[in-house]
Amino acid sequence: MSALLTATCVVPAAGAVLTAALPAGSTEARRRTTKAVALGVSAVALVLAAVVAARFDPHGARYQLTESYSWIRSFGITFSLGVDGIGAVLALLTAVLVPVVILASWHDADPVAPGPDGAGGADGSEAGTIEGKRRTQGFFALILAVEAMVIVSFYATDVFLFYVFFEAMLIPMYFLIGGFGDRAGGPESARQRSYAAVKFLLYNLLGGLVMLAAVIGLYVLAQDQGVATFDLRTLTDAVADGRLQLSGTADKALFLGFFFAFAVKAPLWPLHTWLPNAMGEATAGTAVLITAVVDKVGTFAMLRFCLGLFPDASRTFAPAILVLSLVGIVYGALLAIGQKDIKRLVAYASISHFGFIIMGIFALTSQGQSGATLYMVNHGISTAAWMLVAGFLISRRGSRLIADYGGVQKVAPVLAGTFLIGGLATLSLPGLAPFVSEFLVLVGTFTRYPAVGIVATFGIVLAALYALLLYQRTMTGPVKEGVRAMPDLKARELAVVAPLVALTVLLGVYPRPLTDLVNPSVDATLSQVHRTDPAPVHPVAASSGGERK
Amino acid sequence: MSAIAVLAALGGNTPSIPAPHIEYGRLSPMLVVFGAAVAGILVEAFVPRRHRYWTQVPLALAGLAGAFVAVVVLAAQGRAPHLELLAMESVAMDGPALFLQGVILLVAVVAVLTYAERRLEPKAGGLPADAFAAQGAATPGGEQERAAVRAGFTTTEVFPLTMFAVGGMLLFPAANDLLTMFVALEVFSLPLYLLCALARRRRLLSQEAAVKYFLLGSFASAFFLFGTALLYGYAGSVKLGDIADVVSGKAMSTPAQLSSTQSDVLLLTGLGLLAVGLLFKVAAVPFHAWTPDVYQGAPTPVTGFMAAATKVAAFGALLRLFYVAFPGLKLDWRPVMWGVAILTMVVGAVLAVTQQDVKRLLAYSSIAHAGFILTGVIALDRQGVSSVLFYLAAYSFVTLGAFAVVTLVRDSKGEATHLSSWAGLGRRSPLVAGVFALFLLAFAGIPLTSGFTGKFAVFQAAAAGGATPLVVVGVLSSAVAAFFYIRVIVLMFFSDPQPGGPTVAIPSAFTATAIGVGVLVTLGLGLLPQYFLELASKASLFAY
Repeated sequence: MSALLTATCVVPAAGAVLTAALPAGSTEARRRTTKAVALGVSAVALVLAAVVAARFDPHGARYQLTESYSWIRSFGITFSLGVDGIGAVLALLTAVLVPVVILASWHDADPVAPGPDGAGGADGSEAGTIEGKRRTQGFFALILAVEAMVIVSFYATDVFLFYVFFEAMLIPMYFLIGGFGDRAGGPESARQRSYAAVKFLLYNLLGGLVMLAAVIGLYVLAQDQGVATFDLRTLTDAVADGRLQLSGTADKALFLGFFFAFAVKAPLWPLHTWLPNAMGEATAGTAVLITAVVDKVGTFAMLRFCLGLFPDASRTFAPAILVLSLVGIVYGALLAIGQKDIKRLVAYASISHFGFIIMGIFALTSQGQSGATLYMVNHGISTAAWMLVAGFLISRRGSRLIADYGGVQKVAPVLAGTFLIGGLATLSLPGLAPFVSEFLVLVGTFTRYPAVGIVATFGIVLAALYALLLYQRTMTGPVKEGVRAMPDLKARELAVVAPLVALTVLLGVYPRPLTDLVNPSVDATLSQVHRTDPAPVHPVAASSGGERK
Repeated sequence: MSAIAVLAALGGNTPSIPAPHIEYGRLSPMLVVFGAAVAGILVEAFVPRRHRYWTQVPLALAGLAGAFVAVVVLAAQGRAPHLELLAMESVAMDGPALFLQGVILLVAVVAVLTYAERRLEPKAGGLPADAFAAQGAATPGGEQERAAVRAGFTTTEVFPLTMFAVGGMLLFPAANDLLTMFVALEVFSLPLYLLCALARRRRLLSQEAAVKYFLLGSFASAFFLFGTALLYGYAGSVKLGDIADVVSGKAMSTPAQLSSTQSDVLLLTGLGLLAVGLLFKVAAVPFHAWTPDVYQGAPTPVTGFMAAATKVAAFGALLRLFYVAFPGLKLDWRPVMWGVAILTMVVGAVLAVTQQDVKRLLAYSSIAHAGFILTGVIALDRQGVSSVLFYLAAYSFVTLGAFAVVTLVRDSKGEATHLSSWAGLGRRSPLVAGVFALFLLAFAGIPLTSGFTGKFAVFQAAAAGGATPLVVVGVLSSAVAAFFYIRVIVLMFFSDPQPGGPTVAIPSAFTATAIGVGVLVTLGLGLLPQYFLELASKASLFAY
């Protein structure tokens, strides 16, 4: 039993404690030490997560590198970790994004003296933020704490362990949103920020508490039938071979309890309303953590827990969930088009994308699900690029309003160029990574539910509208007042954007390494739901998914 | 019926009263505490005033520590009927009793530490002052009081009073007959009424709290006593085991051959009245109205002690009553208790939302928690007992810690308990605000804190006992409750400090230790609860 997975979780956790304990002080040197330590820790975590993904054998057992330690025996709870292809890939995504976010947020937690970009708070007041002396330490420690908890959630093979970290990650996220805001918010920002933080926490806590009831219910029912454990593998095996039989009502109620929590987190329309507030008010880095990292736990958990534990209910509810995700796709895109605020626009675009991911999962076809898994990765990378460049833009001008920008491409061509790539990735331009996954999701959905697939395709058209309109309004046209002296991307900012753009292009032309890693796990998940792909109506269609059974 | 007649009945209707056989060794935890309490009274009588503080504090701590050692030794001796049913079967030192006594003693140690704090109040008459009135008997604001303050008097009587209360609390969950239970109830209630009235600041509020608590508490005691009388009329005995036998039909009702309707009336009314008395003490809705006023008015160290220890003792007695005396009647009391639990959770959580005072907020939160604990009580199996035991242990240390933090946040008028003055505390004192936030998160039941483990345990026991609707109401009221805990965190961390707002006083080692213990227990029972869950599980068998 190697301790590789535990190490991958412990490194960022220990890094969080270490970062928080670093000597306080507002001198530049002290702050730089803090940031360097945080960046170093996240780099080590990245290496470990990469080793995990590399050592994972796609053709081996379902869960690999497993570890199990006794934790709370009285309730049958163990500290059990193990990866499947999906978990390995998503943990790797997290480990890639966190150093990028740390680098992008380099000055976000500095004391509020006007920043080097000349974008400090208008009156220099630090309203509504965590106090100066330990501010920098706190910010980076919270990011690492979120990373540790997210990675545990991706690796956990114990339902209770997953639940604990699924809930606990809300607390550092809450402080990140409420304590460290976007400096461009204006005088009202402190109130709006704490409103956004509270809304985030209450929505997710409610979801989590409903899930708690379902977790307890599952355990009690399993206990009655002699499977007194929270171990995911034991439970899914017991469900599969009929040792654990849930009555129709119980199955449906428990499924809904789990699904509700994940749908709040993901977020699925109509439980999405916390996301635009949270992403709008938080720093760009935190917004990336929310949408690209933390929310992925929700969609990941739908795949792993909802489908694995409640296959019958999953099939029953799949059509209803598809309708909700379809509404989300269209609604998110329409609202994105109407936004005046850049960050809220990105948030609504994400809601539309989460609709695609959830649609791919509940189409219950192998293309749909591997598309959804790839979508989680690609959406994470492309949205991170889009959002972080938007953050750089906003920090230069001190405003989040689209109307305040214009003609940026003449002043800062590199910034405009990378912003365009982020936008094009978001609208799934062929050749960039999100295209592959969106195509797979649509094909996978179409084979089982043609009507749903057709309507969802309109989402792509709408995506082109909001992404290109945003670019057109901010980057082209006459140069606006206040944009004239805007500097282009600096070395640090380039270092943030370059890997994301590179990955977007690379995974767009050569997604093979990811699909190889993910597909066997997707097939295993699908077989748990007793679903096979619909018979191909035409031999050509069969070859598109031909690598799988 | 006179007390002598009852005793005669206990002794088996013989004309003379036999000398009772008392196992002093097995009862030593209570005897040690009562002994220390009596010694404390003698200290008040004979030791010069200036030496009393330094005599009383070690005496109280030594008494509590000695009693705790006795509890551990007794628990290590294992269980056997002759070891558990003592003093003519009027006291049961069984697993739940010993577990709860251990918890009460540890709670009391921490509470005595917060009582002993003398660095927070400004000096009075050149001598260090504590949280208690200079002279309890002096009229608030009167000349006598000013003289007492000038002379630097302190009310060291609080230590023996607390020791008597602790003694009564130790006996309460161990009482195996209704009369002993009543005596224990009075022994721990009367000192608490007095302690409530002894706040140094805002004395009128404090005395009002004491009067309210006393009046309502007397009613509750009267209900309890009347219920005892009716049940004696029904079963011909006040012993819990005998009542259970009559209820289940194993034994006949002795005193009179009543018609079955008459006896049912006696039984159900009696049980109802007993339950009212106990539900009053645990602050369950609709018997909760005293809680916010008393919590607010009492000196904060006393509030912490009361909120933690009273709840432990009263739930212990409630468990024993329902599990030992009335399991055969569960079809009758369970629906009612369902209603009480649901009301308690919902009303506590909803009313807390509107509170503007930290102490009142914690009071309503304690009401909601009483509801959560009741869901475990209703389970009526060993899992239910062990989950309640664990919850009580976890909850009491969070409560003590939270009230200890409240004593630190002060302005010129003493403790600043209005919520608005807590705004921006996280910026001035990140450590204190962080610790308080940890306690609030534990109250809210966030994973990795003791509050979550406890909540999980009781809800799981309730679900296993078939009370799924209770669990659903429980998680929904937890969501409401989370709202007001989070509101306080928002206020502390994300709001601007008020100009001239309160400062955080630096406490002495006493309060610092109390808060430190709270933090350790909160995290310990959250991260590694296995040992304590096992302990609670082992201790979950009643003797009868």
